[in-house]
Amino acid sequence: MRIVVLTKPVPDPASGGERLGPDGRLDRGNSPAVVNGNDEYVLETALKLIEAAGDGEVILLSMAPQNAPETMRKALAMGATRGILVTDPAISGSCTVATTRILAAALRTLEFDLVLAGVDTSDGGSGVVPPGVAALTGLPFLSYAATIEPDVAARTVRVQRITPTGYDVLEAPLPALISGTQALGEPRYPSLKGIMAARNKEIATLSLADLDIDPATVGLEGATTRVVGSAPPPPRGATRVVREAPDEAARQVVALLAERRLI
Amino acid sequence: MAAVTTPSRPPGPYRLTEEHDMLRDAVRVLADERVAPRAADIDRTAEFPQDLRRLLADHDILALPFPEAHGGLGGELLNVCLAVEQLSRACATTGLILAVQELGSLPITLAGSEEQQARWFPKLASGEQLIAFALTEAEAGSDAAAARTIARRDGDDYVIDGTKRFISQGSVADLVTVFAVTDAEVPRHRRLSAFVVEVPRDGFSVTRLEHKMGIRGSPTAELAFDAMRVPVANRLGEEGDGWDIAMRTLDRSRPAIAAQAIGIAQGALEVASAYARERRQFGERIGDFQQIGAMLADMDAGIEAARQLLYRACVAIDDGAPDASRWSAMCKLVAGDTAMRVTTDAVQVLGGYGYIDEFPVERMMRDAKITQLYEGTQQIQRLVIARALLGKGD
Repeated sequence: MRIVVLTKPVPDPASGGERLGPDGRLDRGNSPAVVNGNDEYVLETALKLIEAAGDGEVILLSMAPQNAPETMRKALAMGATRGILVTDPAISGSCTVATTRILAAALRTLEFDLVLAGVDTSDGGSGVVPPGVAALTGLPFLSYAATIEPDVAARTVRVQRITPTGYDVLEAPLPALISGTQALGEPRYPSLKGIMAARNKEIATLSLADLDIDPATVGLEGATTRVVGSAPPPPRGATRVVREAPDEAARQVVALLAERRLI
Repeated sequence: MAAVTTPSRPPGPYRLTEEHDMLRDAVRVLADERVAPRAADIDRTAEFPQDLRRLLADHDILALPFPEAHGGLGGELLNVCLAVEQLSRACATTGLILAVQELGSLPITLAGSEEQQARWFPKLASGEQLIAFALTEAEAGSDAAAARTIARRDGDDYVIDGTKRFISQGSVADLVTVFAVTDAEVPRHRRLSAFVVEVPRDGFSVTRLEHKMGIRGSPTAELAFDAMRVPVANRLGEEGDGWDIAMRTLDRSRPAIAAQAIGIAQGALEVASAYARERRQFGERIGDFQQIGAMLADMDAGIEAARQLLYRACVAIDDGAPDASRWSAMCKLVAGDTAMRVTTDAVQVLGGYGYIDEFPVERMMRDAKITQLYEGTQQIQRLVIARALLGKGD
């Protein structure tokens, strides 16, 4: 079985340094890059599926700036087989539509049974790239997977999608594209052997020319959307914690809400 | 006045790679989750933590000092030190398991034949076997060349008689690298030879375990050899190479002790700063009092300085620096003294709570002291550095 995992380097949310530059674009210099959290959950699932199958490969596919191999290296240390990085100076500033077209073009150069992607990213957060790639490549798309169970012999894949009242069971023919969340389970830490092995794993790079994409149609110039402003969330107001027994706590909370004329 | 002969090659830039970061983080998580909860118990019972030895083996941490060809992870000194540092941050005894595995095997790395490495390394790299380093004797500490343990050639064997003292992990090791006198009539630095001894065997016994102030889970043994026969095939290098092998070993092993010291100090700083954030007196967090804040700042700055010197030393030594002795002595000197000062101050920050075993800083202070003593006292480190600085005086 061959699984492609879409991974994106994002500013480390733990660094507290996520911010936009004056041009409305992400300031990547302000915090270290890490693999997007949701991508790590689907990568973990991909690795488990390959381990259970006994053979196959997990291929990482990223569209990112030139320095992205550093973050891809961690995903390789977790156990991915190899990486493909689409990088080109003209890509900088691309909107989600261009990103989707580029990833779809890169995907067409590969053979695979499954494509997995995090349901969204912690920086952009639009969540439209995975369904967009599925639409452009004509792949069946299953979203918000909490479990992923391919049946290679039957050429199908079944997922559980969590809903507010339980879960849906969805099935699609292979190959398919599936987006997943943390419900898939904790990603592993890279083992020391994995870390050492990662240094010899291949990261191939593709340019826009390799994918036959006109640079004028991507990047800031070709963007279909533009960020015109951003603001940090307002600071949290003073917090009052009620620690009384439930009856008394309820009474105090009701009194407080009434006092503010909220009920 | 003659120019002072400081080593000429200025060190080039270095920085931790993504690989170093990942390795450090992997060990740190393991240390926080699995080692730290055991540390107080290991100290109290003074029992060698076989469970943590297996943990290090299972996670390939004991493979770090060995070449890939023999099941290891490459033997890069900086990798070994990053791991020792993170383990020691949680438990100095556990950090020492890796440091001693490196120390005991370095003579084989430096002087062992390809055959000898293939014979011993795979089981050491997998952690199935542990190895100890037996140089020190009761009357031969800093003056190691004064060793009295004798190895007498008898056919295809050597017959070894004598006693080694203060041998870290000597009672739990499966292999012991023993330094013994093969010729008492030659200049003192040609008297010793090095042997790898598989134990237990006839004539080998553990005659004493020390009761120690710190690193209490790491057994420190007295080893007695009574007509112990060891095949010639177990000798490392040639007869008379022992002193040189031992000194080159210490050039590479002292950084791991510096890493242990820095780990202990970092652990103490983390406890002290967390305490200073939470403890309130006179209506304020004690960390906001300038005297406490200044102590914490000095601790942090001292640790970072020692750490940067250590990492730089590791890279210089791995690059084959001609002044490896100087780098390794400097990093252990600075790190050991820093650890002692930082852990003492950590106890001070915690006040009365620092002096009782409800908090780990009193253990860390006891553990820190050994880093000023073993693998050469701080006085010996200064001697090594001064000799490198001034030349040996022909």
